Amino acid sequence: MSKYLMNKFLYTIDRDPALVARYKEDPRGTVAWWETEQAGRILNCAEAEATTWLRFSDEERTALAEHDYPTLFDLGAHPFLTLTLFIAMFEHDYAEPLAFQREYARRLAGRTLPYPDIAT
Amino acid sequence: MAELVAVIASTHHPFYYRASQSTGQDRPDFADEWVRKITAFRETLTRARPDVLVMVGSDHFHQLWLDNMPQFLVGKAPFYDANFHNEEREFGLPRMLLSGQEDLSAYLLREGLDAGFDLAFSNELRIDHSITCPIITLRPQNDLPIVPIYTNIFAPPLPQPKRFVQLGQTIRELVESWPEDKRVAVIGTGHLSLELGGPRQFGDHGPDPEFDRKAVDWIAHGDLEKCLGEVTLESLHLPGNATHGFMDFMLMMGVAGEGRAADYVDTLDLFHTMEAYFTWYPEGGSR
Repeated sequence: MSKYLMNKFLYTIDRDPALVARYKEDPRGTVAWWETEQAGRILNCAEAEATTWLRFSDEERTALAEHDYPTLFDLGAHPFLTLTLFIAMFEHDYAEPLAFQREYARRLAGRTLPYPDIAT
Repeated sequence: MAELVAVIASTHHPFYYRASQSTGQDRPDFADEWVRKITAFRETLTRARPDVLVMVGSDHFHQLWLDNMPQFLVGKAPFYDANFHNEEREFGLPRMLLSGQEDLSAYLLREGLDAGFDLAFSNELRIDHSITCPIITLRPQNDLPIVPIYTNIFAPPLPQPKRFVQLGQTIRELVESWPEDKRVAVIGTGHLSLELGGPRQFGDHGPDPEFDRKAVDWIAHGDLEKCLGEVTLESLHLPGNATHGFMDFMLMMGVAGEGRAADYVDTLDLFHTMEAYFTWYPEGGSR
């Protein structure tokens, strides 16, 4: 389990418009590139000081590669990060305001309390 | 000595700015009523004639990240740039620049540390909509220096609710002991029941109207005893998965004082969340 790394992926993709577009277009390729090249980058350190041990679990990698936000929810990814990035990618594919946000809720329907633990 | 002239607690709905600016077919049907309520709420700050604003909010994974997450952080800088790319993208919020009251930041840090709060600090803090929303609603001319105070309501493990209340009580004591002849307002924003990224998000109302009713009652009456008796880190999961932002309201109840009823209370039942607006005028403050 590497909830932290899922969150780091969502966070670092979301804040770069080019990466948001790339992840929308090519989710599997973007996840593979990111895990190899970016996962170990410590955001406030020089590149040479990268972390050496961070990896996705197979389940996490697949969920990210398939834009599978219900499974990301089940795996304990931070819901705010997932929501924000997926709104950025898909909101404009819908004609009505908030239509994607409502579909997102529908696709998560049936989840009951307690929700998966999001502590990292 | 400084004077605490107003204590204000509010929700920080990031859609207000766009709703209030929109025209024609883009203007949602609730916008006029929302603007009326915000305009009345703004007057409660204006009449207090503050010189300085202490602003309590929470970073939404913008600058503060899980590799180095503070629980309580005070900004200490002469200026604060504000709002982030994803807030422009999703909410249409403008880029802003706020000035800082750096000597009050230094005072709150030194005295807060000595009062038992191991506060983190930042000398280069970009602030987000938890602080810019109340500037937009309450002080759109953005002409007053601020001290930003961030709390962690977002990335567990979180501090206990009583710790938020205690920090609020301490902020009040420190503001009132700041040896400058300034009129200070403390403004904090949080949430009532709220769900983000879960099955109860973006409904016709907030996810738990019953919690909202109770919460508004606790805040309006300053009923910290009942609030602390019911609210735990565990219980806050029940009304909605982002409801821990309610602890910023609890902090503001600590600033206002135990048993101190608010002088101004208003709410607006919107889609997605209940909006709530409270103002207290401490004794000696402008009324």
